[in-house]
Amino acid sequence: MKMLSIRINDIPLQVPEGTTILDAAKAVNVKIPTLCHMNLKDFGIVNQSASCRVCVVEVEGRAPLAPACSELCTDGMVIRTDNLRAISARRTAVELLLSNHPFDCLLCPKNLECELQALAQELGIREIRYAGEKMDHPKDTSSYALVKDPNKCVMCRRCETMCNTVQTCGILSAVNRGFNVFVGPAFNLDMVDTSCTFCGQCVAVCPTAALTEVNNTDKVWDHLADPKKHVVVQVAPAVRVAIGEEFGMDPGTITTGKLVSALRALHFDAIFDTDFGADLTIMEEASELIHRIQNGGVLPMLTSCCPAWVKFFEHQFPDMLDIPSTCKSPQIMLGAIIKTYYAEKMGLKPEDIVVVSVMPCLAKKAEAARPELTKDDNNNVDIVITTRELALMLKEAGVNFAGLPESQFDHLLGESTGASVIFGTTGGVIEAAVRTAYDWITGETLEKVDFQQLRGLEGIRSATVKVGDMNLRIGIAHGLGNARKLLEDIRDGISQFDAIEIMACPGGCIGGGGQPYHHGDMDIIKKRQAAIYQEDRGKVLRKSHDNPYIKQLYDEYLGKPNSHKAHELLHTHYIPKEKI
Amino acid sequence: MSDIFSLEHADEKLKVLDAFIKEQNAEEEALISILHKAQELFGYLPSELQLYVSRKLNIPAAKVYGVVSFYSYFSQEKRGKYTINVCMGTACFVKGVEKVMHEFSDQLGVKPGGSTSDGLFTLKDVRCIGACGLAPVVMINDKVFGHVTTHDVARLISDYRAQEGSDS
Repeated sequence: MKMLSIRINDIPLQVPEGTTILDAAKAVNVKIPTLCHMNLKDFGIVNQSASCRVCVVEVEGRAPLAPACSELCTDGMVIRTDNLRAISARRTAVELLLSNHPFDCLLCPKNLECELQALAQELGIREIRYAGEKMDHPKDTSSYALVKDPNKCVMCRRCETMCNTVQTCGILSAVNRGFNVFVGPAFNLDMVDTSCTFCGQCVAVCPTAALTEVNNTDKVWDHLADPKKHVVVQVAPAVRVAIGEEFGMDPGTITTGKLVSALRALHFDAIFDTDFGADLTIMEEASELIHRIQNGGVLPMLTSCCPAWVKFFEHQFPDMLDIPSTCKSPQIMLGAIIKTYYAEKMGLKPEDIVVVSVMPCLAKKAEAARPELTKDDNNNVDIVITTRELALMLKEAGVNFAGLPESQFDHLLGESTGASVIFGTTGGVIEAAVRTAYDWITGETLEKVDFQQLRGLEGIRSATVKVGDMNLRIGIAHGLGNARKLLEDIRDGISQFDAIEIMACPGGCIGGGGQPYHHGDMDIIKKRQAAIYQEDRGKVLRKSHDNPYIKQLYDEYLGKPNSHKAHELLHTHYIPKEKI
Repeated sequence: MSDIFSLEHADEKLKVLDAFIKEQNAEEEALISILHKAQELFGYLPSELQLYVSRKLNIPAAKVYGVVSFYSYFSQEKRGKYTINVCMGTACFVKGVEKVMHEFSDQLGVKPGGSTSDGLFTLKDVRCIGACGLAPVVMINDKVFGHVTTHDVARLISDYRAQEGSDS
């Protein structure tokens, strides 16, 4: 590789050809502020619109300043990032952005999480010299999942990169021109009328509050305060390895015990684990897979835990609705069991029970509102809040999360196995399914439960797992763009698999749209993933079908997996939807 | 959405559009010329036509809408038989074209961008059309009128109305 000699702020250095000024500066510990730039290298995601001009630097011998994020180094380049000209230009860029930005920072959902606010602080901006017109677009609050406030958009285009390049959903695009430009869907449609999957990756990368989640915390508070309501909470696996970050703990800290104590401090009536729902999902899904294999059913079978993925294939592959598993997702399964089995056991009326889910995900909010996922007009899950919203509630209540003791989930629907914990990461659902399918198909007991070949962060992975006499061909994709490729290959007969796991978000649920903002640092996602596998290793039981409370649920209530009752409560169907 | 596909000759127009799309080498890159063709055939680009193009080319509707909303040449509203383009470029502006625009607006009873209810006129503001020597300039369809004053407005409108009367 050709090396280039350059100087940054009088520091001489050598960089490989193709290096941007920004990356070169990082190598010698020179910080250049950025706003629109985003580079999630491990996922191959780069947003290089160079639209904000916040990273401009001076390059000797050329008149205009250069955007460091996209300008490549050339041999002999002499760069200054620290002189008055560069600093003034950056300040001007931020001032101009602020001149057309609402000043309601104190009331803004992104207060203290906003990258524009942080920049204004870092650049010492105390007044804005440019007074001008402000945008006045209506807010889009049409969906259950996300809120779009175009007036806070800085046109960084990160959301467009996620929506178009990474997820290939193509919902968001810059529309209009000049002062009236903003990011939105086709024909100014409401988000709810588009084929948006509500994966929330646009929210995860938005530097401001132009895209945020629908905040349901007030609803939860109201129900907690209502003595007539029995408020049950469930927590998804990925939440326990991320929520600590909201309280200053290191990424990848396992906080399961503290999380349960925290929920107890908020006075939920029962604290259950979505992991139990995941174990239940495996019982149904592994049975369905074996049934399809042994009876010549449709293969591959696709997992159906991820609601963004479900909505994606309904819009994008409406001709292939027979291949996903009919299993509801773990949160919805657990909700259904709470409203029936648990209600009966406790002598409660389903309408007096409120099920709150804490999810790493925005699509789970939309999923809970799907009309077919109700039972006798009762929602299976009533309210979904994200990891971030739970952290907010705990802060409001003054709960000192880091200092809490460890405690256990409540009985009946609180016990879980290692198989269910790994639902939180890409590759985890299918590994959990294999652990159970292996025992059931061979009639033996699988000793080595760790399937390294199914793990990792590569976008599309495939592996063959030997199960008795048969080779189970497994495909895995995370990120909807990767899912699309995999599905197109199946449709075109290029790839042949028996089972496929898809998760919409990069890394799976650990990188979900409702998780603490990772601000582009991929090491955080990796640490969360490592924590998930560590939690799995620490469990006594590692296979879903070994969960004694799952066995009890089938013995007392459901009968066998895929029984009539199980179908009624735990399975669903899919609806072809328009692509727009 | 308007029901453009149920209009007379819509099928034939779509066939022409489909054939045009087929002629393009790289369909995605040809989006702008395809939109021009669609507008030429149908007169304007309502959302259902944009959606048709997006599905035909397999590109997101939001992208198509982004392009259509970016270029002022593309119209998403049904246009009148005669489009009155009032040049708001610098030279025309200095020569007082704003008053001319007001006069058109008052006499037709529509704002810039709007169309008269009889379907005859659409009033539009455009940027420089490159005839600055004739400023202020008004273009009605492809005919250019120079040195237009407020006094000319009534005559221009009535001339076109009269022409319409004699046509029918």
